[in-house]
Amino acid sequence: MLIEVRDLVKVYAMGETEVRALAGVSADIAQGEFIAVMGPSGSGKSTFMNLLGCLDRPTSGEYRLAGERVSELGPDRLAQVRNRQIGFVFQHFNLLARTPAVENVELPLVYAGLPKKERLEKAMRMLDRVGLGDRAHHHPAQLSGGQQQRVAIARALVTEPLLILADEPTGALDSHTSLEIMSLFRELNRQGMTVILVTHESDVARFAARVIRFLDGRILRDEAQLAA
Amino acid sequence: MNLFGLFRVALRALAINKLRSALTMLGIVIGVGAVIVMIAVGAGAQKRVEEQIRALGSNLLLVMSGARTQGGVRLALGSGQTLSEDDAIAINREIPEALAAPALRGGAQVVWGNANWSTQIYGTTPEYLEAREWPIAAGRGFEPSEVSGAGKVCLIGATVARQLFGSTDPIDQVIRIKRVPFTVIGVLETKGQSLMGTDQDDVIIVPIATARGRVLGSATQAKQRAVSTIWVKAAEGYDTKLVEEQVRALLRQRHRLQPGTDDDFSLRNLQEVMSAQEASSRVLALLLAAVASVSLLVGGIGIMNIMLVSVTERTREIGLRMAVGARTRDILGQFLVEAVTLSLIGGLIGVALGIGTSLAIGSWLGWRVALSPDAIGLAVAFAFVIGVFFGFYPARKAARLNPVEALRFE
Repeated sequence: MLIEVRDLVKVYAMGETEVRALAGVSADIAQGEFIAVMGPSGSGKSTFMNLLGCLDRPTSGEYRLAGERVSELGPDRLAQVRNRQIGFVFQHFNLLARTPAVENVELPLVYAGLPKKERLEKAMRMLDRVGLGDRAHHHPAQLSGGQQQRVAIARALVTEPLLILADEPTGALDSHTSLEIMSLFRELNRQGMTVILVTHESDVARFAARVIRFLDGRILRDEAQLAA
Repeated sequence: MNLFGLFRVALRALAINKLRSALTMLGIVIGVGAVIVMIAVGAGAQKRVEEQIRALGSNLLLVMSGARTQGGVRLALGSGQTLSEDDAIAINREIPEALAAPALRGGAQVVWGNANWSTQIYGTTPEYLEAREWPIAAGRGFEPSEVSGAGKVCLIGATVARQLFGSTDPIDQVIRIKRVPFTVIGVLETKGQSLMGTDQDDVIIVPIATARGRVLGSATQAKQRAVSTIWVKAAEGYDTKLVEEQVRALLRQRHRLQPGTDDDFSLRNLQEVMSAQEASSRVLALLLAAVASVSLLVGGIGIMNIMLVSVTERTREIGLRMAVGARTRDILGQFLVEAVTLSLIGGLIGVALGIGTSLAIGSWLGWRVALSPDAIGLAVAFAFVIGVFFGFYPARKAARLNPVEALRFE
């Protein structure tokens, strides 16, 4: 199993009261799956994604990523796991402003400690792979929304991670561009990449082979579907 | 990320808000500039005082005749005749740590061939040159027979030599001082300006007896052995204050002054006069130091302020960097390097400004300034320390951000 999650609980202290964002979630995710995580806001799907992405640590429960108990790791080791094994794609792209696309893509490699030449080579290869090899030196402001998201996907792929976590990757895009981005994810998945994405839109969720629905901090339904 | 990479990232971040970055640096620029000017001016003043001490001769006391009262009007110091050559002889005899030289002073016109020049005539003993540490550049000093026998020989200062003789060798030439012929036996080394700014090389030295008998005349010196001043040098290693008290006590005893009455002479410790001058330049340096430290402090706070704003503005960027693998120390390093870059660039501009201002002060105000590489290094190091000190808190704030909240920050 790529991901094994057992009785994951996350409790936030909101002033006096405690909010139980996750109330015991268990799931297994295999290598090469394409999963859509859905649910209304406050259902715990974002908390679940943050825990899967090692951006946060659970209050209790266990999380194994590729066999390693990441729920026990300290901040610096978690940063390393995020750097090497997870690629993130965000709703608002989160590219560095006034920074060429290629430098945005190579950012994770900078923290991995790779020499400049190697970073540039890999970043260029990833930009080619998302179809933006000719825009390597454009700044984000000179790119369209869809192109920016492609740069962000290249950045997520550049460290050759085990999985890609995408948080509403089409939330800021028009329907036509959304379709293009989703096709890109499908293509990556067909090449073997594990993709987990959070979405509101059923049009987007259609691309996934498995849908996990959250409600009130628990998994409501976890079922396979025929992907589009 | 290596230091060079961090530095490049910092420069790019600072270039986004150029005006803001420039204004933030201003405090450091002024502070570092002030430090450099302060040290240049202070060191310059110190150097000038040291040179003056060297020119005057160290450990010197100056005894002047007391004020003479003429029909109820008190005349200037040195106008009376309360000091005599015997006082100087007594000091040399009674106080072994002191070397005393009596002196008579007056102005005179001197003539050599077609050239003439108006200068100071000093009638004194060979001890004078010893006390003033004033070597002879060419020729020789007075022979004992010339001193006791009122020989018509003289030593001339460098200015007199230049004005009267130009390029001719003055040694053994005969000049006329108030029509009395004198043989030039030696030329003194250059001394430069005195504390009061007069040219010390514009002088002719003759044996005291000759001066009294031939040049300065008994008309001004009614009492036979009276002198206007006695120069006293305390031997090396002795406290000038102590020697000063001994000389005072001896003179009071010789002049039969009752306890409680005023001295009939004035005794000045030239060392103290110069220390006072040095102290005043030190006050100026202190004032600049105050300006510099306040400016550096304000500059540092400015950097901290802007870095805090910057951390808030770039919260999402920080979140993203954390998400893609930046560790706490990477973020800390990034913002610390940015703060240090600000303060170091400010520091370097300040160095340029400080050097420019120092040179301007030197050439426009005519002040002596001494730029030292040490001071410049110190100022830059100080700017660096300020960057680290005031940059640390904002950087730590950035590094401690929770990646989830940072990514969600609007």
